[in-house]
Amino acid sequence: MTKPLLSAQGITKRFGDRVACRGVSFDLWPGEVLGIVGESGSGKTTLLNCLAGRLVPDEGAVLYETASAGTVDVHRLSEARRRLLARTEWGFVNQDAREGLRMGVSAGANIGERLMAIGARHYGDIRRTASDWMQRVELGLDRIDDRPTAYSGGMRQRLQIARNLVSNPRLVFMDEPTGGLDVSVQARLLDLLRGLVDRFHLSAVLVTHDLGVARLLTHRLMVMQGGEVIEAGLTDQVLDDPQHAYTQMLVASILPV
Amino acid sequence: MSPVLRVSGLAKSFVMHAQGGLELPVLQDVALDVAPGECLALVGPSGAGKSTLLRSLYGNYRPQAGSIRVRHKDEWVELVDAEPRLTLEVRRQTIGFVSQFLRVIPRVATVDVVAEPMLRRGASPEEARRHAEFLLGVLGIPERLWSLPPATFSGGEQQRVNIARSLISDYPILLLDEPTASLDVANRDGVIDLIRDRRESGAAIVGIFHDVAVRDALATRLHTVALPGVRA
Amino acid sequence: MPDTTLDQGAYNYAYLDEQTKRMIRRAILKAVAVPGYQVPFGGREMPLPYGWGTGGIQVTAAIIGRDDTLKVIDQGADDTTNAVSIRRFFARVADVATTTRTQDATVIQTRHRVPETPLKEGQILVFQVPIPEPLRMLEPRETETRTLHALSEYGVMQVSLYESIARHGRIAKTYNYPVLVNGRYIMSPSPIPKFDNPKLDCNPALQLYGAGREKRIYAVPPFTPVKSLDFDDHPFEVEHWKESCALCGSRETFLDEMIVDDEGTRRFICSDTDYCQERQADSVK
Repeated sequence: MTKPLLSAQGITKRFGDRVACRGVSFDLWPGEVLGIVGESGSGKTTLLNCLAGRLVPDEGAVLYETASAGTVDVHRLSEARRRLLARTEWGFVNQDAREGLRMGVSAGANIGERLMAIGARHYGDIRRTASDWMQRVELGLDRIDDRPTAYSGGMRQRLQIARNLVSNPRLVFMDEPTGGLDVSVQARLLDLLRGLVDRFHLSAVLVTHDLGVARLLTHRLMVMQGGEVIEAGLTDQVLDDPQHAYTQMLVASILPV
Repeated sequence: MSPVLRVSGLAKSFVMHAQGGLELPVLQDVALDVAPGECLALVGPSGAGKSTLLRSLYGNYRPQAGSIRVRHKDEWVELVDAEPRLTLEVRRQTIGFVSQFLRVIPRVATVDVVAEPMLRRGASPEEARRHAEFLLGVLGIPERLWSLPPATFSGGEQQRVNIARSLISDYPILLLDEPTASLDVANRDGVIDLIRDRRESGAAIVGIFHDVAVRDALATRLHTVALPGVRA
Repeated sequence: MPDTTLDQGAYNYAYLDEQTKRMIRRAILKAVAVPGYQVPFGGREMPLPYGWGTGGIQVTAAIIGRDDTLKVIDQGADDTTNAVSIRRFFARVADVATTTRTQDATVIQTRHRVPETPLKEGQILVFQVPIPEPLRMLEPRETETRTLHALSEYGVMQVSLYESIARHGRIAKTYNYPVLVNGRYIMSPSPIPKFDNPKLDCNPALQLYGAGREKRIYAVPPFTPVKSLDFDDHPFEVEHWKESCALCGSRETFLDEMIVDDEGTRRFICSDTDYCQERQADSVK
């Protein structure tokens, strides 16, 4: 591929007088997982939402290389096309799984929805595909007709992932996917994500405040502070040889176990 | 044979911002070449910058100045300040790194840890697994441990898993940072054999060997590393 | 007994003022132009509460004329209290002839049934609708349902059908069964039994739907395709009865189950009273 999959160009977003993120630019290539780390208020979630088309930046553009329709400017698309993109080629894993699931319908229906939204009309096939994905995210098949209200937090998160991946997206946005989960649950989820990213050649933009998660899942890292990207590079390089004072402070702040 | 790795004018310092911006220069004007079939051993006192140099060659540390060029896909590529995706590609196909410590990922079975780099390069799961099992056997890891994650293994076992993982792909260039550090003599010799085989198959190797016997068995040349301002 | 003939000074023709009728007619024209699309309208206070057919009455009031013949049915029957009240209301305020015979009516206002007698070109069927939004139970936000309709994002509807099969082994919805109109908008056909859904497809009559409380009007023009939603491997099916009508012997109509005495004796009887009587009359001939 000669063009990046996603290209952010000078993304700036303000809320009144406050600049949430300023002039962020980067290219994401297929198969890359880009981590955005920073503390609360660094602007990382704002940036993610601008990239995923959920927030309109005040300046700059987000360009996406579609599967078969060339390059598109995400914020210049019609709402219909942007919503279609979000349902097919993209995924978005929310920190709180409840925001990314239909809590009132079964797990199988949650996973099958994207298929039904693009015209799948065979119940048996939809259920079969949903079952495959339940297994891939290590949810028991006997829970396929249960609603997410009956699931634990870790199970809901895995369901959210399956619901996103069923449409074989090329790019997945993740906002603190392991936030708030128990450590052992986190480990299992991270391992699952690693495996899925590898197996399905996913590209991803992952926002996290946890450097351990970044180390495990990302190839590249951007460190944000006060709305600016203050350091960027290969993940192992940014964490092992931090150049900026803030990055050094972040790395040094990790509690030893 | 012509070199596949050329380093010139390499400079690296660390700036400790928490200590008021204290600058520690470690590498200055480093130059070296390595050709296929050579094993260059970095020698020098502790803290002289051997590990820093090795990590800089891998892109794990960022040099302030200089050039690191490698022969990658029949072309010369510059690694200093390279685009991350280029470095990632070079690491996938051209340069392998055996670190001192195995970064343990929870829940992944040993055989899968070892097979992973080969899978990344496009091999089939069966082929990668076969290779992994072979290497684990050569390195003396008992079969009963293959399906367990290495988190609970001894230091020596983890190190051998690390070596297997790094050697499963036929990297043209290998960087070794104390590969036999936590091994007993019997296992050490096994590792020496493996590395020597690679060297003789044409790999270009740069290594740090604390153990003189290991160094003598593997190195074809020595390169002295000294802190800037200190006479070599 | 109060005088029920039209009192010229008391009400405007058909109860609503002319501006209101104009507004409702505009809404109806829009609705006919976009089959299945819910058109908001400025619903007025009517002399009966919400839930009793105010939407249907406003639609009828806007279209009815002195030359029309009005039939009103409630669950298929002309003789329930509500049907009688509404029929008498229009007789008083619109000076219009009324009938119980489907084939003689020009305007038929109905609650929860489609007449069994096939309709003809030129007839208008006015449905009373409680909840016009077919997606309401799945998506409570009006802003979101409007967007879903606009973008034709109907995955959520299919999800609800999937859910029904997962839970009950089949699509369990037996009334107010969602349909796709003219291949574009998903519509609620009002709480008619699914038995009646096939009658909506390419019907020669004009179908108008009025929801008074929600203040929406929608329409299906004559000869418009109306397809009930389903899955390829769980196709749409109508209800069947083992019994036939105890009065007229019909095997093809929608039957109500009646308990006819204190012993709990059950009889199945056509829900459509006019159709049943016609059949009985025919069999006597």
